[in-house]
Amino acid sequence: MSSLSTNSEPSRWSQIWNSNIGYSFRKNPVAIVSLVIFLVIAVMSFCAPLIAPFDPYDPGQIDIMNSEYPPLWVDGADAQFMLGTDDQGRDLWSTILYGTRLSLLIGICAVGLQAILGISIGLIAGYVGGRIDSLLMRMADIQLSFSTLMVAIIFLAVTQAMFGSETFNQYAIYFLIAVIGVAEWPQYARTVRATVLAEKKKEYVDSARVLGFGPMRIMVRHILPNSLSPIFVISTVQVANAIISEASLSFLGLGMPPSQPSLGSLISSGFDYIFSGSWWITAIPGIVLVVLVLVINLLGDWLRDALNPKLYKG
Amino acid sequence: MFAYLVKRVFQAIAVMFVISLIGFAIQDNLGDPLRELVGQSVSEEVRQELRDELGLNDSFVTQYLRFAGNALQGDLGTSYFFKEPALDVILKKLPATMELVFGATIIIVGLSIPVGVYTAIYPNTILSRLVMGISIIGISVPVFLTAILMIFVFSVEYGWFPSYGRGDVVHVFGPWETNFATVDGWMHILLPSIALASIMLPLFVRLIRAEMMEVLQSEYVKYAKAKGIRPWRIYFVHALKNTLLPVITVGGVQIGTMVAYTILTETVFQWPGMGFMFLEAVNRVDTPLIVAYLIVVGFIFVVTNTIVDLIYGLVNPTVNLARMGA
Amino acid sequence: MSLLSVRDLSVKFAMRDNTVTALNQISFDLAKGERLGIVGESGAGKSITGFALMNLLSRPGFVDSGKILFQGDDIAQMSDAQMRRIRGNQMAMIFQDPMVTLNPVLTIGQQMVETLMAHRKLSKSEAEQIAIVKLREVYIPSPAERLNQYPHELSGGMRQRIIIAIALLLDPQLIIADEPTTALDVTIQADIMELLLELCETNKVGLILITHDLGVVSQMTERTLVMYAGRIIEAGRTREIINDPQHPYTQGLINALPQQTAPGQRLKQIPGNMPSLTAIPNGCPFSPRCEYVQDHCRTEAPKTVQYTHVEVACHEVHRLHSDKAEEMNR
Repeated sequence: MSSLSTNSEPSRWSQIWNSNIGYSFRKNPVAIVSLVIFLVIAVMSFCAPLIAPFDPYDPGQIDIMNSEYPPLWVDGADAQFMLGTDDQGRDLWSTILYGTRLSLLIGICAVGLQAILGISIGLIAGYVGGRIDSLLMRMADIQLSFSTLMVAIIFLAVTQAMFGSETFNQYAIYFLIAVIGVAEWPQYARTVRATVLAEKKKEYVDSARVLGFGPMRIMVRHILPNSLSPIFVISTVQVANAIISEASLSFLGLGMPPSQPSLGSLISSGFDYIFSGSWWITAIPGIVLVVLVLVINLLGDWLRDALNPKLYKG
Repeated sequence: MFAYLVKRVFQAIAVMFVISLIGFAIQDNLGDPLRELVGQSVSEEVRQELRDELGLNDSFVTQYLRFAGNALQGDLGTSYFFKEPALDVILKKLPATMELVFGATIIIVGLSIPVGVYTAIYPNTILSRLVMGISIIGISVPVFLTAILMIFVFSVEYGWFPSYGRGDVVHVFGPWETNFATVDGWMHILLPSIALASIMLPLFVRLIRAEMMEVLQSEYVKYAKAKGIRPWRIYFVHALKNTLLPVITVGGVQIGTMVAYTILTETVFQWPGMGFMFLEAVNRVDTPLIVAYLIVVGFIFVVTNTIVDLIYGLVNPTVNLARMGA
Repeated sequence: MSLLSVRDLSVKFAMRDNTVTALNQISFDLAKGERLGIVGESGAGKSITGFALMNLLSRPGFVDSGKILFQGDDIAQMSDAQMRRIRGNQMAMIFQDPMVTLNPVLTIGQQMVETLMAHRKLSKSEAEQIAIVKLREVYIPSPAERLNQYPHELSGGMRQRIIIAIALLLDPQLIIADEPTTALDVTIQADIMELLLELCETNKVGLILITHDLGVVSQMTERTLVMYAGRIIEAGRTREIINDPQHPYTQGLINALPQQTAPGQRLKQIPGNMPSLTAIPNGCPFSPRCEYVQDHCRTEAPKTVQYTHVEVACHEVHRLHSDKAEEMNR
């Protein structure tokens, strides 16, 4: 399969474009606009060091005297700072670019971790079956009944109290990825397990077994490809949820520190100033966060309609 | 039925055991109880003596058993900050949180079922499309942002609603003081309840709509139509009952998420509940209070999930509780 | 006046960018108390016919043109409220798979009582009494206890009996049974059919039996329609269609029956498959599979003609018949 896919790369794109998925994409203006917005946000944030006029991580470029300048279209703005400045005098535009990069990075990495854990556990549970299966699925149920956010809050709160803020802040990004990544594995595991159970009964799996292929090969080469469409659908929703979780944790002061703010920590630091009228420190990163999550959710909705996979239900 | 109950309770106990282990591990590793007790001006010898006296030099198992034994008797240690039993501190804050959760639940249940059913029956009306559009925006706005937005609009800009605290509460009994007895109390609880409901409501509307639409495609709904049953009976007896079964399960899972969201809502509105208290305890490294919170919240999760499972079993005739217990 | 009279009924499905014809101008009549079989392969439009008669076509299907006169009134033109009063009351339907037909969360009693109360002013206990009588008629043991049971507590055969009882609850004029035994164990299929036949005869109820099984049709019905690709290609008295089929497709169907084959011989299947609704060939839809096909069969749609004792839609039926007669004479 790998040699095939590399050889036929260019035609594969046209295949996708002309397939049902491609058709429903072209016919769906919401999906097109969402994808464009998502790509713009993603590319701009990942190119933050090239685009941003200031480096928010460089204390030499930050002057507290510049704090709380409003955006350009409001009276009292400073021409240097397109979207104004935050409470520490950082250029909000640059800080948002860097912050979005962090939020996206954490979201995608956390979901990657979820997928690796969940898919492996789901494959094992479905393929091995029996006691291991029921034990793993029982664990998944219990894990899910404790919400991710709750587990993450307690884990991060204890970690922070244990290591002290300074050490914690240094490794915050890894802690966030780890905790959001580990807490949500059941989402993937249940869906993959359900497909494995359905596929296991089919003849081609039997014939693969008769041909002497090992369980690993059967699972990865034969069963996994059949789980791809639900995995895609789950992944989009999960990235949106992970970004919200990260923002919520950072808002509570359990995530990215103000010195290296993600969108959530920016909103949090601005929250103290909305009563004094500096709404933009909260509002502008808030809008970016909502738009980012919204376009991912819209893409997820479209994918769900287009692929229409059998998703696991409670 | 009885066997199923026993099995469920047994599982609940197992989960509580794991939670208590985690709680104890946190207690054991986080902070130094001696320093909280006597400060730093005491000699090493006296410290050792005190450690022996407090049993801090006992084996892990002995210490855990003591911890678990005390916990079973309702003793979850003494808060460093409040100098009161941790459980008492939490129980005092519990009603505020529960009232908030109650308010949000009323909003969610009261709106999600009619809206979900309507959008499932008439998926193509302008109203349905509007609702679905709003709902996807709804699930994309984090709870804390909704809360901030509402404070900004309704408190800062217009000044219609207060932005923090519980306002006038009326004592009911024990530690329970209610918001629902005065106009001021209602004014204070309205925004936080809406904020807490804001992400869950669209989630449930979408879930109910999706389930209902699937049920409406089923053979038994078609058959009910073929029998000449009146439409309202098909929607609300045949379809809704089958729709709500999976929704109950998801609802049980969402209770956990709801408790987590109370932390966010309470932080934004400075609502004096357990979530707000927990974050303060974290900032003060008030270990007994952190551990007590973990155990109380864990207990709430386990109890509600067990109850939801039992309700599901009772409502769904195809679940044979007697057989599931075997 | 016949009980049911279908005239030039066409049903279409609205697809992504076009519409697909599922029923192409079908016409037939059913007298009071008459039993009619509709036969054909899956996809021929049998079930769609059944649902169209109940005005229960679900999106994206719709009646495009034609009339369905039931006791003189056109069902296709009726409002939902008018139609609701007929469904289950004068016209009942038996679905294919009893395992998914009954609502899993309502008791048998609730599902029977609601049917009665939807059409008649009765108290709950009166309705329950009627339900018990009907359950007894379909030979359900201890019927009173069944009322409190849920569908999942009963076997498939038992559930189909209950569905038959529900169909008879309001003494309808017509029962439409859509493959009522295909989902059941072979051992009880015959029992259910026998029961259905007995009840229809004693109660003088009209029956439309939709099935792919010619054997069942020959035992159960007086008249038969053979459907292919959304058209009726042959119609007449069941005995005559079975004994002397005129359309090459019907002949093929009958020759494919195991009874028509000597032991050890291969079953005589009709070559090819029925076309999908999106790709129905021009002219006679059967032409690509027909061994008697002529050029005009591929361009011109055959008209239905009376031939011997049946109605048949085939250009070549005369030639076919003379060929066969020659064969016989030889």
